[in-house]
Amino acid sequence: MQLIFDKSKPERTGFKIPKKDVPATAKLPDNLKRKSEINLPEVSELDVIRHFSILANIHFCVDTHFYPLGSCTMKYNPKFMEKAAKFPGFEDIHPLLPQLSGGGILTQGCLEILYHMEKLLNEITGMDAFTMQPLAGAHGELTGAMIIAAYHRDKKHKKKYILVPDSSHGTNPASATIAGYEVIVVPSDKNGVMDIDEYRKHLTSDVAGVMLTCPNTLGIFNPHIKEICEMGHKVGALLYYDGANLNAVMGKLRPGDIGFDIVHLNLHKTFATPHGGGGPGAGPVGVKKHLSEFMPISKVIRRTDGTFCLDYNYPKSIGYIAPFYGNFGVIVKAYAYILMLGKSGLIDASEKAVLNANYVRTKLKNSYKLPYDRRCMHECVFSAERQKEKGVSALDIAKYLISKGYHPPTVYFPLIVKEALMIEPTETESKETLDSFIEVMKEAADLAEKKPEVFADMPDNTPVQRPDEVKAARDLNLKWNG
Amino acid sequence: MNYTPHTPEEVKQMLSEIGVSSISELFEDIPVSMRPASFDIPEGKSELEVIRHLQELASKNSGDLLTFIGAGFYSHYIPAAVDAISSLPEFYTAYTPYQPEASQGWLQAIYEYQTAICHLTDMDVSNASLYDGGTALYEACMTAVRINGRKRILVDAGVNIIYWTMLKCYTSNLSLDMVKIPVKNMRADRQNIYKQLDERTSAIILQNPNFFGCIDDFSDIVEYAHKKGVIVILSVYPISLGVLKTPGEMGVDIAVGEGQSLGIPLSFGGPYLGFMTSKKEFVRKMPGRIIGRTLDKHGRDSYVMTLQAREQHIRREKATSNICSNEALCALRAVIYLSLLGKKGLRELALINLDKAAFTKECLEKIPGVLKVGQPPFFNEFTVLLSHNADEVVHKMISKGYIPGLPLGRFYRGMDNYLLVAITEQRTKEEIVKFAESLEAVLCN
Repeated sequence: MQLIFDKSKPERTGFKIPKKDVPATAKLPDNLKRKSEINLPEVSELDVIRHFSILANIHFCVDTHFYPLGSCTMKYNPKFMEKAAKFPGFEDIHPLLPQLSGGGILTQGCLEILYHMEKLLNEITGMDAFTMQPLAGAHGELTGAMIIAAYHRDKKHKKKYILVPDSSHGTNPASATIAGYEVIVVPSDKNGVMDIDEYRKHLTSDVAGVMLTCPNTLGIFNPHIKEICEMGHKVGALLYYDGANLNAVMGKLRPGDIGFDIVHLNLHKTFATPHGGGGPGAGPVGVKKHLSEFMPISKVIRRTDGTFCLDYNYPKSIGYIAPFYGNFGVIVKAYAYILMLGKSGLIDASEKAVLNANYVRTKLKNSYKLPYDRRCMHECVFSAERQKEKGVSALDIAKYLISKGYHPPTVYFPLIVKEALMIEPTETESKETLDSFIEVMKEAADLAEKKPEVFADMPDNTPVQRPDEVKAARDLNLKWNG
Repeated sequence: MNYTPHTPEEVKQMLSEIGVSSISELFEDIPVSMRPASFDIPEGKSELEVIRHLQELASKNSGDLLTFIGAGFYSHYIPAAVDAISSLPEFYTAYTPYQPEASQGWLQAIYEYQTAICHLTDMDVSNASLYDGGTALYEACMTAVRINGRKRILVDAGVNIIYWTMLKCYTSNLSLDMVKIPVKNMRADRQNIYKQLDERTSAIILQNPNFFGCIDDFSDIVEYAHKKGVIVILSVYPISLGVLKTPGEMGVDIAVGEGQSLGIPLSFGGPYLGFMTSKKEFVRKMPGRIIGRTLDKHGRDSYVMTLQAREQHIRREKATSNICSNEALCALRAVIYLSLLGKKGLRELALINLDKAAFTKECLEKIPGVLKVGQPPFFNEFTVLLSHNADEVVHKMISKGYIPGLPLGRFYRGMDNYLLVAITEQRTKEEIVKFAESLEAVLCN
């Protein structure tokens, strides 16, 4: 497929620049001027529209394909949220306006949303305060880890480690490192949850914090989670709840009630804001009262007269984690989603997410190895080890699914499961969608037994087939040089 | 009514397949003692009610003020085609393109984005996006530290004050020495910079145009820094690159910036777009997703995520960065915007911004209460020294329907009467003239 640059024709343009209507002409000194030509395409608006529409056509998405990408919560994104975020009263507001004298009163709608969103997320998670600033899940983790560091610094604790289980997302250890900590990995036990003896062994007074995903990335709820929190607190560690999997437990469990000190949420997962091909997301962070003074600034507060304003008076704050108030355009959508679903709708979302995952788990457990054969929460992790013996890997199965019109599950994660196939159906998918997916998965298992050789040729109906990733990394071609 | 599609009959069938009698049985792993102390969320509303509520909230904001504020975040016109494409569900309801066969559309679009950003900045390689211009600067610092192993970072005070604050926050737990170098007459102070550039220094961060709107050619600093093995990081305003000397032409090592002006709405502070480019020898030290072109098994052009061994999902605590989700949809908007404008359009647009700023300067200079306008040369933003406190002037101007700029007194001691004013193609001659008249009325009363 041609690149937009290949379609360039001299003198074509896709946008009419407004005419110059001022008499002045600026004089730029020669040494400050650009000498090179800006090698951008010269194309018509139709060229652009058609080019990108064709690209869209060769792409899987939630609206067109079942997308059970484990850990990513690819639920359907209701359309009215998009409409709301595009209101000019939101889209056209300059973020510095509320910081100007007399400007706060002209941004009351935006500030009100941030204020109410904080209250809603506090109630959903059982925390005391939320910041909307973190711009994605990993950014939330970093914010949380920095709050841990600020807290211990304030208390004059000298601690150097953060514990993470071996089933954690890679972002956890990476975020802890940026906050200045060394990471200790705690192995899982035979039930797929953090090994409590190993945990005890590593839990010393040098531990600043423990980062846990709950339910964990195997989709398993750890019944000892409260005990784990208590043990951590005993040595002065703070407990961090990675909310990547909150979609499993809304109305069933609140991290704040069971001892967690800090939590981040992924609005683009749990609260249905679109994933945008890899962002923008939003990763608000909630804390218990004893940590609220360390939260990023600014904070939206409500004055006694009922108006909203920004408050910067937190001398112990970690500072500015984002330039302004977070990904506001994403936050508006999540706010709209929570209002529409309401209490029963949120509980129902978690219940149906768990129902769907357990249904898939039950229906496929005879076809694939289930390394941890027990009830799951919102996702289930199979292993293609059995198929691998016949020469068919998890990746091969993923490619087969693509040829059948399904986005594959997450493969090779969590790292503790060999040939992992991590399936998260989400609550918005119907039984008939799940049934067809289950059929195709069974078909794949069957083929792996009987005709393993067909997988080498999968997918056989896509614009490209098995791109050479080794070549991509060796002969780097990262831009068009034409 | 629930939002999920399951009928009661289907729920019954599914439960029976699973072998449980109720949904609550599925949650038995969560002991009763751990159940929520409360879950006091209002009951759900209809789409109509929620939209009406949000419309009311939106109408409490004033989206119709005539804006002359920038400070790194600019009100540029967004062609309708940008929204049309970024609203295609294939783009906005997909996720990270882990499976290339199902994701060629996105992968190619990001490869095109990387190309456009490289061509705009005259740099060798670009990643697939970071959160915003501030986080991009932080990631650039860390890239420099990885390249030369040194721990001292110089930051010219002409770098956006918001980014300086973010850099301080991000590096507070890392043993980095962040040194701010004051500006002289709002411009990079060469003498001091040369003194500070030494063998202990990892990188120097500069910005063009700088926070005060002044434009510069940093080639001399780059040359000197390189003699000392110091990495030069330049933060740029992409629209200005239509006419201004590029990071590549100045020879900098890493160029970053806020891409919001490339077709992304202001949206009260986000989502925005951090872009990051570098010389090709540093590509393996860069953070973030990178898309590469390769061949498939039949020899067809294809695109994949590449150099993933740098990233957190593979290298965990040893990764170049913790970033996972980035701002892909904003990057898509940027490449559509740049494609629509094209090589001539972007230059024309930059020239119009330049000329309108020059015209605004002429208008403001005639006002008795305006003591000094800008430190030429500038692009589309400059400081204005007023006879009155800028905060008070802003307050009065807002009540007249203008956002006249950003008062600098809050950030810099002794600058209480300074206003930072930006002009884009969105402002017409008439609006600029009326703005000057209103300002005159405020200052002379």
